[in-house]
Amino acid sequence: MNTNMTPAVTFRGVTKTFGDNYANKDITMDIYSGEILALLGENGSGKTTLMNMLSGIYYPDGGEIFIRGKKAAIRSPHDAHELGIGMIHQHFKLVDVFTATENVLLGIRGEGKYNPAAAAARIREICATYGFELDPSQKVYDMTVSQKQTLEIVKALYRGAEILILDEPTAVLTPQEADKLFSVLRNMRAEGKTVIIITHKLQEVLSISDRVAILRKGGYIDTVDTSSATELSLTELMVGKKVELEIERPSVKDRVLRLQVQHVNAFNSEGTQVLTDVSFDAYGGEILGIAGISGCGQKELLEAVAGLQKVEEGSEILYDDPKGKRESLLGKSPKQIKRMGISLSFVPEDRLGMGLVGSMGMTGNMMLKSYSDGRSLIAETKAPKELAEKIRDELEVVTPSINTPVRRLSGGNIQKVLVGREIASSPAVLMTAYAVRGLDINASYTIYHLLNQQKQKGVAVIFVGEDLDVLLALCDRILVLCGGRVNGIVDAKETTKEQIGYLMTNLKEENA
Amino acid sequence: MSNQMTKKREPLFHIVRRDNMPMLAAWGYRIGAFVLALLLNAVFVWCMVRVDPITFYSTMWEGAFGSESYIWATLKAAAKLLCIAVALSPAFKMRFWNIGAEGQVLIGGMAAAFVMYHYTALPTVVLFLVMIIASIIAGGIWGFLPAFFKAKMNANETLFTLMMNYIAMNVVDYFYDKWRGFRSALGILNQNTKIGWFASIWKDNDTDGLMTNEDFWFIVVILVIMTLMFFYLKLTKQGYEISVVGESHNMARYAGISVNKVILRTMILSGAICGFCGFLVVSSQSHTISSGLASGYGFTAIIVAWLSKFNTFTMAGVSLLIVALEKGSALMANTYGMRGFSSSAADVMVGAMLLLIIGSEFFINYKLMFRKKDKEVQAA
Amino acid sequence: MTVDILIGWLQQAIRFAAFIMLASLGELLIEKSGSLNLGTPGTMCVGAAAGFISVFYYCNSTEDPNAAIIILLALGVSFVAATFMGVLFGFFTISLRINQNVVGLVMTMFGCGLAEFLSVYFIKSESGNVRCQEAYDVLTAKIPFLSDKLGYVSDILFSYGFMVYATIALIVGMMIFLYRTRAGLNLRAVGENPGTADAAGINVTGYKYAAACVGSGLIGMAGIFCVMEFKSGAWATADVPAIEAFGWLAVALVIFALWKPINLLWGAVVFGVCYWAESYLPQMGIVISTDIVQMLPYVITILVLIVVNLRKNKENQGPASLGLPYFREER
Repeated sequence: MNTNMTPAVTFRGVTKTFGDNYANKDITMDIYSGEILALLGENGSGKTTLMNMLSGIYYPDGGEIFIRGKKAAIRSPHDAHELGIGMIHQHFKLVDVFTATENVLLGIRGEGKYNPAAAAARIREICATYGFELDPSQKVYDMTVSQKQTLEIVKALYRGAEILILDEPTAVLTPQEADKLFSVLRNMRAEGKTVIIITHKLQEVLSISDRVAILRKGGYIDTVDTSSATELSLTELMVGKKVELEIERPSVKDRVLRLQVQHVNAFNSEGTQVLTDVSFDAYGGEILGIAGISGCGQKELLEAVAGLQKVEEGSEILYDDPKGKRESLLGKSPKQIKRMGISLSFVPEDRLGMGLVGSMGMTGNMMLKSYSDGRSLIAETKAPKELAEKIRDELEVVTPSINTPVRRLSGGNIQKVLVGREIASSPAVLMTAYAVRGLDINASYTIYHLLNQQKQKGVAVIFVGEDLDVLLALCDRILVLCGGRVNGIVDAKETTKEQIGYLMTNLKEENA
Repeated sequence: MSNQMTKKREPLFHIVRRDNMPMLAAWGYRIGAFVLALLLNAVFVWCMVRVDPITFYSTMWEGAFGSESYIWATLKAAAKLLCIAVALSPAFKMRFWNIGAEGQVLIGGMAAAFVMYHYTALPTVVLFLVMIIASIIAGGIWGFLPAFFKAKMNANETLFTLMMNYIAMNVVDYFYDKWRGFRSALGILNQNTKIGWFASIWKDNDTDGLMTNEDFWFIVVILVIMTLMFFYLKLTKQGYEISVVGESHNMARYAGISVNKVILRTMILSGAICGFCGFLVVSSQSHTISSGLASGYGFTAIIVAWLSKFNTFTMAGVSLLIVALEKGSALMANTYGMRGFSSSAADVMVGAMLLLIIGSEFFINYKLMFRKKDKEVQAA
Repeated sequence: MTVDILIGWLQQAIRFAAFIMLASLGELLIEKSGSLNLGTPGTMCVGAAAGFISVFYYCNSTEDPNAAIIILLALGVSFVAATFMGVLFGFFTISLRINQNVVGLVMTMFGCGLAEFLSVYFIKSESGNVRCQEAYDVLTAKIPFLSDKLGYVSDILFSYGFMVYATIALIVGMMIFLYRTRAGLNLRAVGENPGTADAAGINVTGYKYAAACVGSGLIGMAGIFCVMEFKSGAWATADVPAIEAFGWLAVALVIFALWKPINLLWGAVVFGVCYWAESYLPQMGIVISTDIVQMLPYVITILVLIVVNLRKNKENQGPASLGLPYFREER
């Protein structure tokens, strides 16, 4: 790389905080024209936040950004357009009932008369230059995910983007579509554009990028030439040294088979396959960790077990109750599962959108699981109230009163209420999704402790997590999901952080 | 340079949602808006007809509560408004925009009138039972249809219920015209026999006292409905389900609640109470049917229910307030009509007051944060 | 003769259709921006009252009223008065973020009251009927030659006042605006997906306000049009509820037309045929309750609503964010 060139983008000491947390801390790096830079990092390492500052979604709290050597204040997506920066988000910003051309023309000012035909011609031109396949007159609602992504890229190019940022572009693509995308990106590089691609897939990083910049926990680690990097070296940079955490891992002698998940396939509401042939067993008396890049099917997997996600035919979910009876949970609604006498607890990722009623107090939230008990028309409130008080006292929930709407509590206290309720029903299976996300150290340790208690009671605990150090210290076994498939189940005591990081980012041949 | 850009681009303030305003403070805002509205109206009245504020307010009070007959008129109208608002409350709590109360009341009233018009031979108890059941079923159907299409295919309930109003009005008009025949108006049904009237329940000879007052029983029944609804929403399992569905459909699924079932059940209930309200009005108040039966309160009740935030006792207060304004303004119009203060001026006053009061909701739900104070405000 | 009856019926239906479609056109513009304005009936009444009062005063104050001034006053004043209602609606729903349904209903109550109030206050005749012959003559003037020399063609196509043709022209203009201009594209994007529009640098608030104002203005013009064409230039305070009912019909027509201006043209005529069935069916010896026929527009509209949702054809749905408030994510 010719370092005498003026960089297309320079970050100098860029910092962004959300509340007390640093999303990005003192980031300094250069990005050049005519290169494809991969921005690599774990979940929550600050990749997207950094790029959002470049595309005008966020404004940095500190530091400076230079575009082509000139200091820039990018305060809105519009500013970013004017500087020739285009970002393709994971959630596409398209109007469904509009054609491709109409979407491209949206919001463009000062280009003379409205002339879709001329615009369509220019779109075709752009497509020809870079090798896109796009029908300008096609409506967005008729498009596949890949076509929508193409449209987003064309939209950015039409507006004269010289610097193109793609946020995990291949997450939604088939391998063939991803290949096509990469060839287009190479064409853009040949045209002298700057391409920044946010990803955690190492194989892709190696095959497409010229250089790799690595972020970890909001901080900038290093930029390396791809040619000198290997999957292993990148994984080490990405996950960092193993941090010893003082989380206990009590051993439990009698593990009993509790849950068998076999060949589960599932699609999301958009028709994309989110789970492919997922099989595993969960035992009472152990914590099964689930690791994976976010959006690799963790949510759908837990929801499938809880009866909230439809699974395809041929899937099987079996539950062995402590008395030795085996029952299928397949196709059962949460209510039916409950009626079968199975105590299944689920701490969902979306605490206030799904797990707790934000506008209700603790008592009202305790009722969410138990309100329909009994035959009376009146909902029982005495027991929930006592339970709420018990949880408040035992878990030290800080709240003005058990009737204060829970959404006014702090994140840690909200989670204590949710986990407390789920544990209170003496579950046989306890599933948690990102149970410590956003929690401070103390609250996190409270949660780990609660999970360990459950494990010692013989509960089958499933712990979906994102911090590999925590997964390694807390869990007994770790299942690694990659792209909706099980890419390995490893013993947490034996494995290394690198190995898990590798499994998260590299789908094994035999699993693909 | 960077600072200059900051100045150019930053708006003066931005708006932040808040959800922690104490109830008292929130009511402080609402009452403040109400007082402001009263003051503005006083100015308006002074400019228009040169009536000083003291005379204005005392006339308003007089019109609403000045004599026994005024009080009765106010209470009756407030009860009717309250009944419809109460009927709407479960739907609104579920975040289902039932704009169709006017039609649901009309069709319920129509069903009741149909029974009392055609089945005069039935024994009183049976007749009343049939009237009640008919009105509840009719209102229930009017509530069920939009809910069914909302649940099955997500049809816009606001537009659907709105259209249902006019269908009900035309149904009523149809029977009105049919029964009217060649007369100029339908007049009172069963005027001589009083069949189907509340008054037919008690004997003619004990005419005095509250116990034989149709209006009194009208109000009592509605207060009972209000109380029942309060506890239904607050204490029952179904009420709990309504709250959860209103909060988020996803959460309802998580809790094992069948969202479609709750939508259907709740809307049938909402429509049924509206229908029952129609029966009450026909049987104890109008003793006849016309498309003006609900006197537009089906729409006003939407505002009452929204302002009261699903609390039926609050609805009683808000209904009384709105009706008192109407009645007070009506007396203003009677008294100063010669000077040009018409009954429509009263409508303008009530409308302006409502606008101000609903406008105060903004300051309850949001706060303006001025840029300079950003950091301190956030820290606080 | 049956043909004459049918032609008469159609003529009346088209007269009726013209002002309903104008009001619908205004509401359609507002709905395209994502706002469901249930204040349409109130806005229409305010426009009617303000427009009529202004021409009434003008015609009574001068010996020889000028036709151009009459047109300007009638349309201009009703437009401006109704725009005031649009600004109010916008302020409450867009700036103060109050629920659109609630604000709309209050606006209708307020608007109907205001219309009656204005009429009583300025015309000083609460019950009496007043008429403004000059305004009627000017605003319903027919096109010379075409309107009487071509037999049935004249009767069916050219027997109406110029406002009918102006309305049709406005609808064509609206189609051009919505589908052939950048502003129209942006406006539709705001109604479909304000988040995307915002990200594309479109001023969502500005477009919503503009649509509320101009749309309300058109609804207001429909009000004075209704007074002239339907009430033959006569005004009575007691007519306000009738205009209000037409306002609701206009709201229904927007749905019936599947939010497409072109469908307003024939949809309104269907509504008009239903409305006038009362007078013409008996002449043809058909006995059917007029109340049932008048119910038809609403029944058909509901059926349209159901069928549209049943077929899930995205092209025929209302704007995706209709009735929903929009706040930019707090940053």
